Amino acid sequence: MTDQQQADLRHDEVQAGTTTGLAAPSVDVTDARQNSLWSDAWRELKRNPLFWIGSVFGVVFLLMAMFPAVFARGADPRDCDLTNSKLPPSAEHWFGFDQQGCDYLANVVYGARNSLVIGVLAVLVVLVLGLFVGAVSGFFGGVTDSILSRITDIFYAVPFILGAIVVLRSGTLGRGVVAVAIALAAFGWMTAMRLVRSQVIAVKSSDYVAAARAMGASNRRILVRHILPNAVAPVLVYATITVGVLIAAEATLTFLGVGLQRPAISWGLQIDAGQSLLRTAPHLVLFPSIVLTVTVMAFIMLGDALRDALDPRQRS
Amino acid sequence: MTGADISSYPESTAVAGAPVLEVDDLHVEFRTRENVVNAVNGVSYTVNRGETLAILGESGSGKSVSAQAIMGILDTPPAVITGGGLLFEGRDLLSMSDEERRRVRGPGISMIFQDALSSLNPVYSVGFQIGEMFRAHRGVSRKEAKQRAVELMDRVRIPAAAQRVNDYPHQFSGGMRQRVMIAMAIALDPKILIADEPTTALDVTVQAQVMDLLKDLQRETGMGLVLITHDLGVVNEVADNVAVMYAGRIVERGTVDDVFSNPGHPYTEGLMNSVPQVEAKGGRLQPISGQPPNLAKIPSGCPFHPRCFRRRLGADALPGRDCADDVPPLRLVVPGREAACHYSEEVLGV
Repeated sequence: MTDQQQADLRHDEVQAGTTTGLAAPSVDVTDARQNSLWSDAWRELKRNPLFWIGSVFGVVFLLMAMFPAVFARGADPRDCDLTNSKLPPSAEHWFGFDQQGCDYLANVVYGARNSLVIGVLAVLVVLVLGLFVGAVSGFFGGVTDSILSRITDIFYAVPFILGAIVVLRSGTLGRGVVAVAIALAAFGWMTAMRLVRSQVIAVKSSDYVAAARAMGASNRRILVRHILPNAVAPVLVYATITVGVLIAAEATLTFLGVGLQRPAISWGLQIDAGQSLLRTAPHLVLFPSIVLTVTVMAFIMLGDALRDALDPRQRS
Repeated sequence: MTGADISSYPESTAVAGAPVLEVDDLHVEFRTRENVVNAVNGVSYTVNRGETLAILGESGSGKSVSAQAIMGILDTPPAVITGGGLLFEGRDLLSMSDEERRRVRGPGISMIFQDALSSLNPVYSVGFQIGEMFRAHRGVSRKEAKQRAVELMDRVRIPAAAQRVNDYPHQFSGGMRQRVMIAMAIALDPKILIADEPTTALDVTVQAQVMDLLKDLQRETGMGLVLITHDLGVVNEVADNVAVMYAGRIVERGTVDDVFSNPGHPYTEGLMNSVPQVEAKGGRLQPISGQPPNLAKIPSGCPFHPRCFRRRLGADALPGRDCADDVPPLRLVVPGREAACHYSEEVLGV
């Protein structure tokens, strides 16, 4: 707390001490609408440059995934000409050509869709699993909590990528987009669960829940007004950041040869194919890597902005 | 909402003079795997309209637990109400359904807590939280709730209420936060307000302001105030009657003036002697010897006897009044004064 703020607080006390009698009961409220957590958070978000940078990149990425043809400048990623093999970037073809002589910009743009679908799908599974298991564990406690927490620990013990590799190599799920998303989510939900669990436990026994109860709040109101907002906010932040992390993890799996497979188009596959040609055609690794990095960063920035906005104590 | 006289509350079913809140032989225990802790062992008191009853006691004397039992916010388990009755306006709180009970909290009985910062939800503005009282109980619109919140903040004398209604709890000072809590607690004009150590976390100057505010609000609304505290100074300033608690029992009860000027129980006497006196400047304080009792193993007979310098054991004791064997009941010693001591007359010097 700054000196100025402290001085303000001091001022309040002094004023309160000198005020005698009751002020006029009719006070005109400049903004009659009652603020809620979310409207205040939105106001805060709008002021945060991180949010705008993250959003712009995020929206561009989203549009790329939805309408790749627009961003590919009319090129078809599968329309290849071997005579163009490994040509460097030019004014006509911004990202150059890959080994097969396919337009590389088109390839990178078309890769966005798989990345986004896998990232979002995996995060949804993470959210559902994390919220459900975490809420049950935190709310009921006792034996239920012990059992669920130990199960979570078992998943924690398996390294994220290693677990996904084992699941994907077993072949039972296949090697499609859904399979990769499930494999990633299956070993990525534990942090969300712990977040929710600890929040639910903390809020459940907090003084303000006791106070709300003492003032006649119903169980439903306590759940909706106190427990959920306090539990959902950090999870939302985590989920946003995790979209980025999962997109990177998908690229990693694919690069390692256990994720998506050709003829699918994916940044991981492009980086994998490019690495052997790193010396002769560095742009083949460079462009998908840059786009991947920017995408991951956009989600992390959004997550950071969201965290600041959802915690009133962080606000200036 | 402005200063109202007592007769303007037609919805009150309490007859003038009749107690609004009656606590009758309340027993609360905490059951853990290892042992049973007897936190409240037969507490009885009544609170009338406009009365301020101070419950005075050290930490672990059961004063907060009895308040939580009245509010119905004890964590059960481990806490269990094992006996006694709670009557609010003649209705038995303990036999009510959860829903009926919930409806009493807020408009009937309300409570403020010691630590206002942790008692306010950090993610909502104070105006929203005060407004919630109206939205939850009266179903008013958001807009009206905010208007009412500003009025209430004005009423508890928060400066520039209309500007501060959207501020968050952490942006307020300790005294202001406690005012916000008070605003929430009095929002629905409760008949009884329980204040659990409302000023313990505050500076001394701010303490006085908050107590003045509570007193003024009480005068306006005629609510009964149950003030739980360990601060003798606060009791002396604002309370009408005082009940002194020790080991989950009331050991002495009377008007504040009487009890403070001439204690009728050795424990109260010890408390008074342990307060620094301006006249006795430079002298040594007289603490009460020994430790507060372990509530899982309350001493036999009078729970205070191991620490009591007036105790009479064995041959010294009168028949049936051995401090180590016979539990002293809370009895009328002189008119208007009850004490739970076999030798209270001796303590009083009557």
